[in-house]
Order: sequence, then structure tokens, then C-alpha cells
Amino acid sequence: MSSVTMPESRPDRGAAAAAEPIARPKVPWWLVGLAFGTLVSGQVVGFLTSEPDRDMGHLQKIMYVHVPAAWASFIAFFIVFWASVTVLWKRNERADLLNAAAAEAGAVLTGLTLVLGSIWGRPTWGVWWTWDARLTSTAVLFLVFVGFLALRALTDDPERRARWSAAVGILGALNVPIVYMSVKWWRTLHQLQSSPSTVDADYVLGLRWNAFAFAFALAAFVTIRYRTALFALAADRRAEARALAGGSTDAR
Amino acid sequence: MAFATELGRAGAILWKDLTAERRTKANFNSVVAMAGLILLFFGFALGPDAKGLRSAAAGVLWLTVLFSGVLAFNRSYQLELDGNALEQLLLYPGERWTLFAGKLAANLLFVFLVEVVTIPLAGIFYHVAVPALWGQVLGVLFLGTVGFVTLGTVYAAMASRSRAREVLLPLLLFPMLVPVLIAATEATGALLIDDPMGNAGSWIRLLATFDVIFVVASFWVFPAVIEG
Amino acid sequence: MRPANESSSAVALIGVAQRFGHRWAIRGVSLDVSAGEVVAIVGHNGSGKSTLLRIVATALRPTRGSAHVLGLDVTRDAARLRERVALLTHDVALYGDLTAEENLRFAARMLGQRPSRVQLEAVLDQVGLRAVADERARTFSSGMQRRLSIARIFLRTPDVLLLDEPFNSLDADGVALVSDLVRQTRARGATVLLVAHDLQRGAIAADRVVAMAEGRFVEDAAGATAPVLGEPVPESPDVLV
Repeated sequence: MSSVTMPESRPDRGAAAAAEPIARPKVPWWLVGLAFGTLVSGQVVGFLTSEPDRDMGHLQKIMYVHVPAAWASFIAFFIVFWASVTVLWKRNERADLLNAAAAEAGAVLTGLTLVLGSIWGRPTWGVWWTWDARLTSTAVLFLVFVGFLALRALTDDPERRARWSAAVGILGALNVPIVYMSVKWWRTLHQLQSSPSTVDADYVLGLRWNAFAFAFALAAFVTIRYRTALFALAADRRAEARALAGGSTDAR
Repeated sequence: MAFATELGRAGAILWKDLTAERRTKANFNSVVAMAGLILLFFGFALGPDAKGLRSAAAGVLWLTVLFSGVLAFNRSYQLELDGNALEQLLLYPGERWTLFAGKLAANLLFVFLVEVVTIPLAGIFYHVAVPALWGQVLGVLFLGTVGFVTLGTVYAAMASRSRAREVLLPLLLFPMLVPVLIAATEATGALLIDDPMGNAGSWIRLLATFDVIFVVASFWVFPAVIEG
Repeated sequence: MRPANESSSAVALIGVAQRFGHRWAIRGVSLDVSAGEVVAIVGHNGSGKSTLLRIVATALRPTRGSAHVLGLDVTRDAARLRERVALLTHDVALYGDLTAEENLRFAARMLGQRPSRVQLEAVLDQVGLRAVADERARTFSSGMQRRLSIARIFLRTPDVLLLDEPFNSLDADGVALVSDLVRQTRARGATVLLVAHDLQRGAIAADRVVAMAEGRFVEDAAGATAPVLGEPVPESPDVLV
């Protein structure tokens, strides 16, 4: 026999859940400290271990932050790719939060790479912009991150937003090596001035040190952003419990 | 058998989109008009010098194809959004990749038809004669268009249903097309002057690689994009 | 694995909730419909009744709860379910630049059929659109568009038929058409779930009426609809409860 089961109303549960405070997101202070420490000491190491450049003097040392920023942005792209595949494969809600966190950090890092490269390029080449393969690829990647974040901002439904940004993340990440190869070949063909492809031996230590510093900074940013998103999700669940137990139709 | 049925669904979508377009031609006429405008305006910007125009022809042609073609994708989904036909479309039995196959085929045919009008026009405006290696040029046009339309079809499925779709589609799509623009322009430019350096081959291979990667990836992600 | 009653019932919803962004359209609904039963869901605009139908039709994945139709999970087995469930959507879902015949042909081809012109005309005749078979759907009145979208249902024999506001913009003949469709579907043992904001019309031909408000079933649904069910409805007196 058929019957309609009335959902039992759960005002008690809703009220109880609403009373408990949601734990504030924890800032990973040790990671922040590590990132800050290596970043500051990295510059000290950089200035001490390498002579001022023959032509550029200490300006050359902008490389110590420019190059590691670019490397860290690649790590961010890798996280986006991995999180995107996880979202589509497992329909995992948390992977989407990680996806957004990594993309935001990636956008900042690619943007920073562009600005630093531009500042370095002005005294080096006499121009603010050069169609250097790495710089141009970074500009393209920056725009891919911007598109990713714009799509997220313009899509309201969280479930749809997760799927869509995962698709954009996968296609964008797949494009990274192709963009780089095509810009590089294009440059080689046109024989413009090339950026120094090899780095002096005494720059290696400073670069590696800073690479770790940026990796720690990226980890700190992503962790904080991810935990904040989890906090927002918990608040959302709170509103959900209230909405399903009775109360306003609007969860916010 | 089952695969034939799925292909039949893709065919039905292709047939439906082309029938609707053939009946109004609104989309085709406005895209072709836009392409003509872009060709003219680049001419004004570059100046009337025949030699300069000829050397810029390949790049201008590809920019024209991209900037005019992008207008077609959102409108291809507009058809599904009017009267919420998309919801019905998603409720038919069968695999979701067939929807992508149908839409992709329809968009490809559309952009090819636009190119049939645009390319002779570009040849006239930019003083380019029919090249000796015209077969290879057509090959580059085909490969470049496939890459462009594949990604355009995926991204428009999202952009057409988001807020600010007119801005979002080019913002998402164009950064992805940098390899297509570079490779197609370089290959076309080389082939128009009979490929003296023998460069076209490697650009064509790059285009083919791009196409294979993104056609496969698009078929994989599209079902997740189109639902809901 | 599953409780026995789940596999034997045509539609089994347990604690289903659906969220759109930050708004909860359905807030915990459980429903059990037997095979061959006709259930009408009534309620005001925004009560969540259309959303409920779309979940059953596999158009939406429920945010919470479980939903089984014909023993199949609406999320996991969606592809298989779509073969056996038909939804008359709230919007007419027509292509304005295609003719009535072409719209119907497209639907048939998407269902894996290859109908002849004669077969399509026969279906159009059933919904009273044969005379305008070659006119564009854009030129149709809303009632005619509704009939054309109903014609799509006549292409199939679903085990579960879902009708979202089927009486909207229909004249008396059109209402009779839908009532006949419901009656025939019930007669061959299939299940019908129908959504209506108009209690009177929704109650036509229904075995049971459920009322929804604010994303929930309203407890006194049966009591509220009893007088309506008691009134004789000329179009379909044989299936009244």
C-alpha cells in the first residue's frame, strides 16, 4: 500500500546545532613563520652569495623572487589540475575548495611573476615588456587563472560551480606545456633577443633557497584559504540544518 | 548497434541545429558581416600598402576567424535555452557525449561555412593570390578550426548559462587558443609564400597535437559541464 | 540491500532535499507511490513541487536524501532510468524555428526512433495539430505549443509518466486530452505523478492528492482535497477516488 510519510520536523536538532559555535579556521602559524623566515633569509643569502651583476648590479637580484614565483605558480597549476580531476571523478566537495584556493594563489603568483619580470626587463632590455617565451606563457597562464576565477564568481550554484571550474582547470592545465612550447618555437623563429637561459653558478643557492620560501608561502596561502572555505562550508551546513528544520526558506 | 543509435542522436542534434539556422540565417549573416568588418578595420589600421597587407594577411585572417567565430557559440546554446529545451535534451535516454558530438559538428560546419566566405574576402582585401600549396593551407585551416571550435563548444556550454556570458566566453576561450593562433598563423604565413624555410610541418604537427589532446579532453569533461 | 518496499514501489523518496545556491527548494520530503497509481501534487508557486518532479525525472541530483524510481537510484542509474521515465516539462521546450513536424521528428530521433512522415502526422493528429504540421512552432499560440510538447509524450510508453502543470494554457479539449493520457497510462499499469497549482484540475483523474508548501508536504493534504475529490468531474468520472 502506498503512503505519504511526513518528514518529522526537527526543531530541537536545528536549535542545538545552531547553539554550538563553529570552530574558527586555524592559521598554520608554523607554516607562515617558515615561509616568512626562509623568504627573509633567502634574500640575505642571495645578496651575500652572489656578486652584483656586471651590467645590472643588484637589480639582477630581482631574479631571486621572480623565478621562484614562477615555479610556485606551476605548483599551483598542478594542484588545480589534481583537484579538478578529483572533483570530476569523485564529485568531492572539498576538492573544489582546494581547487579555488590553489587557483587564487596561482593568480597572485603569476601576476607577481609578470610584475617582477616587467620591473627586471625595464633596465635589462630597456622595455617594460618583451615577448620572452617564459614571460609570455606566464601572461597566458595568468589569464587562464583569471578566467577560472571569473567563472567561479559568475556561477551561483555551488555544485555547478565545482563541476565547471574543474573542467576549466583540467583544460587549462593541459594547455600549460602546449602554450609554453608554441611560444618558445615562435620566439626562436623570430630571432628576438633572448633572456639569459643559464644562471650564474653563484645564483643557484639563492634561487633554491627562495624556491623553498615561495613553496612554503604557497602552502601557507592555500592552507589558510582552504580552511577559511571549510569554515564557510560549516556555516552553510548550519544554515542548512536550520532551513531543513523549519525557519526561513533562504539559508542566508 | 548501440553505438549507431548514439551516433544517430548526435546526427539528430546536427540536423536540428542546421535546420534552425538554415531557416533564419540570422546567425550566419551577422557572423559573416562581423568578419567582413574586422577584415576592413584591420586594413584601415595597417594602411593601404600592398606589401605590408600581404605580410599581415595570415595573422589577420586567423584573428578574423576567431573574433567572428566566437559570436556563434553562445548563440548555438541560446537555441537550447529558449523555452528551456536543454532540460528536455538532457532527459532523452543515451550518452551525454552525443550532445557534444552533435553540437561540435554543427558548430564546425557553421564556422567552415563562414570561412568559405571570409577567406576569399581576405584574399581580395589583402592582395593574396591562391597559393601554390593550397592543399596544405586548407589542412591548416581545418586543424586550426577544429581546435578552436572544440574549445568554443565546451566553454560556451558554461558561459551561455552564466551571468555576463558575452564577456565570459572570450575571457575563458581566448587564452586557451594562444597555441592555435600562433601555430595556425605561422603555418599559414609560411605556406602563403611557399614555405621557404620548411617550418610549416612542425606547426601543423603542433596543431594536430593540440586538436587530439583537446578533442579527447573535451569529450571527457563535457558531460559534467552540460548537466544541470 | 534495499528495503523490499523500495523495489516494489514505482517512486520511493526518503528525506529528499534540494538546494539551489542558498535556497532550499525542497526540505526533506518522503513519498511512496505504487506502480499504477496516479498521484497529484498540488501547491502554490515556489512550493517545490516542480523541483520534486525534476528529481524523479533525473533532471536534478537531490542534495540530500535518497530517491529511487522503479527500484533504480536517480543519481547512479540515471541513464537507465531515462529510458523508462518521461517528463512533460514545465516549459514547452520547443525549437521555434522548427516546424511542428520537425520538432516531433527531432524528439523521435533522440529516442532512437526513425518515424515516417505518416507516423508523425498520426501523432500530431492525436493532439489536434495535423493541420499546422509544417508551420513553425514560433507562430503557435501557447496552447498549441503545449499540445506539441504533449505530442512528444505520445511517442513513448513510459513506466513512469511525470507531468509538470500539464493543464497550463490548455482549452477544454486540451484538458480532456491530458486526462485521457493519464487514464490510458494508468490503464496499462504505469505510474503517473502530476503537478498542478490548480487543485481542481490537478485532482482530475488522481488516486491521491498531496499538497506541498515551502518545500514540504502539508499534513492536512488529504483533508483539504477531500471535497474536491468528492465532486464529480465530467471528463474522467471512472478514475475518481
